[in-house]
Amino acid sequence: MEERPGDDRPQLPPPSLWPVGFAVGVVCLLVGLVVSWWVAAAGAALALIFGFLWVRDVVSGRERATGPSSDEPATDGAPAIPEHEAERFPRSKFLEGATLGLGALIGALVTLPVVAAALVPGFVKQKSKPVNLGPLANFKEGQYYVATFERNQKEGYISRMSAFIRNNGSTNGKPSFTCISNRCVHLGCPVQAGGPVFDKESKTVKSGSGEVDLTPALPAAGFICPCHGGAYDQEGNRIAGPPVRALNRFEFAIVEDHLVLGDMYSVAKVDGSGASAKIHKYDLAGPGQHVDGPEQLLYPLQPPH
Amino acid sequence: MAVTSTKKRGKLEGAAMYPLDWLEERSGLVGGIKYFLFRKVPGDTSWWHTLGSATLTAFLVQLVTGVILAMYYKPDVNSAHESVQHITHDVWGGWLVRGMHRWGASVFIILLFMHMGRVFLFGAYKYPRELNWIVGVLILATALFEGLTGYLLPFDQTAYWATVVAININGTAPFVGPYLATILRGGAEIGPDTLARFYSIHMLLVPGALIGLIGLHLYLVVRLGVTSPPWSKDAADRPPDPEPSAPPRSGLVQPAPRAAGVRRRPSE
Repeated sequence: MEERPGDDRPQLPPPSLWPVGFAVGVVCLLVGLVVSWWVAAAGAALALIFGFLWVRDVVSGRERATGPSSDEPATDGAPAIPEHEAERFPRSKFLEGATLGLGALIGALVTLPVVAAALVPGFVKQKSKPVNLGPLANFKEGQYYVATFERNQKEGYISRMSAFIRNNGSTNGKPSFTCISNRCVHLGCPVQAGGPVFDKESKTVKSGSGEVDLTPALPAAGFICPCHGGAYDQEGNRIAGPPVRALNRFEFAIVEDHLVLGDMYSVAKVDGSGASAKIHKYDLAGPGQHVDGPEQLLYPLQPPH
Repeated sequence: MAVTSTKKRGKLEGAAMYPLDWLEERSGLVGGIKYFLFRKVPGDTSWWHTLGSATLTAFLVQLVTGVILAMYYKPDVNSAHESVQHITHDVWGGWLVRGMHRWGASVFIILLFMHMGRVFLFGAYKYPRELNWIVGVLILATALFEGLTGYLLPFDQTAYWATVVAININGTAPFVGPYLATILRGGAEIGPDTLARFYSIHMLLVPGALIGLIGLHLYLVVRLGVTSPPWSKDAADRPPDPEPSAPPRSGLVQPAPRAAGVRRRPSE
């Protein structure tokens, strides 16, 4: 084999930022797979661009080292390193590296899908279906009802949860409902109505979403959490205790004269009440997590709900 | 008469020792166990030094009772609670095994903390044993995680809501919290997967990690030796340990006199 000038000394690549950009791109791509396709696409583009720049640099650097126009001092024929270090990459080193490298590759091929199977399912297909709470006629105007329903019919009983529903009447022909989740935004315990719950007047409605229990209640003192004493007013605003914001609410829609609950969202606070309430609405965040104020910076990214 | 009885005795001893010798020749296990059991410890070790092996015993009780409970427990949201009632009321001795596992869990954690306190107050975590302290802290964290995941399994109201709260506490950790909570739940809400996931973590993943960590912990205990208590007069004016020069001891239950003067007999 023809000996090329420069082969007798190590060819260190010049310092470069491209690999860093490439790594950032790959991370964006992986995070994006979980969070959103836009982030994934941006990550893929970043990785492609920086990967291309990196490869181009490496290739052009090698060409410079071997090309005839090279003006580096090593090309004058004299070895730049002593003779006894000349054999820098003997066969044993190669075999050692190949064993470790192949072992790592096989290990990664086996481990990564397995770990992913443990972690990924919790992040995909988490969108919950709307829940039909039955005919509007069951909701007397101005009266709070404790509605208990199965959030996810496939999962059955385990997904049962409650919401506090109040018909605010309609303004300009547009019906208004207050649909408050009963999950305390401190740590997720079920808040209770602060006042009588009329169990005897409870009725079970068979709607398109299985059985829904509707129990009239008079939460005169708002809503109170039995676990750690969080207290909320009738609009779900925090008035005492450890919670960091107002109670979550459900989106709602009227479909064929039925009340249908949609996705849950988080609420920083509610100004006013009933139909005229101004709701400071945010994407759903877990209990105990701030959605407004400087503390919201602690929870910049939410997994899909 | 005396001669024949000695002969017989020798024959018997030979017959008894033969399997052990066979094993020793092929594995070195007998020597290893002898080394473990008859290694040097300071002469003034006290009852306080037994807290570590007490903790180990509590862990072994959890292992054995847990295996038996797993034979009758059903990690499914519709039958988990019933199967626990079945274990408690119908399975012969089930109440005892479940009780041992349930209360033994607390005993294990309490002993862990007592052992940790002993090591701290005796200064036994100092050079060269810092690494073993670190491993011990990992064992503590892993054991607490066992407690967290095991608490859901009876699947009654207490179990459910305590787990809701515990997962949401994890969820409030900055930045990673929401993801941590989703990973623990295996979804956006507690569902059927959560129970099966906690069961798997509780009986496969974490016990495996604990066994590995305890193995490392014991290896370091044997390698580094046991510390004297802080009030030890022995340790105060003991010359540094000489290099081990004595040959391996003979005899399974009767150790030969020790080489270094850790525990001198009056006759010597």
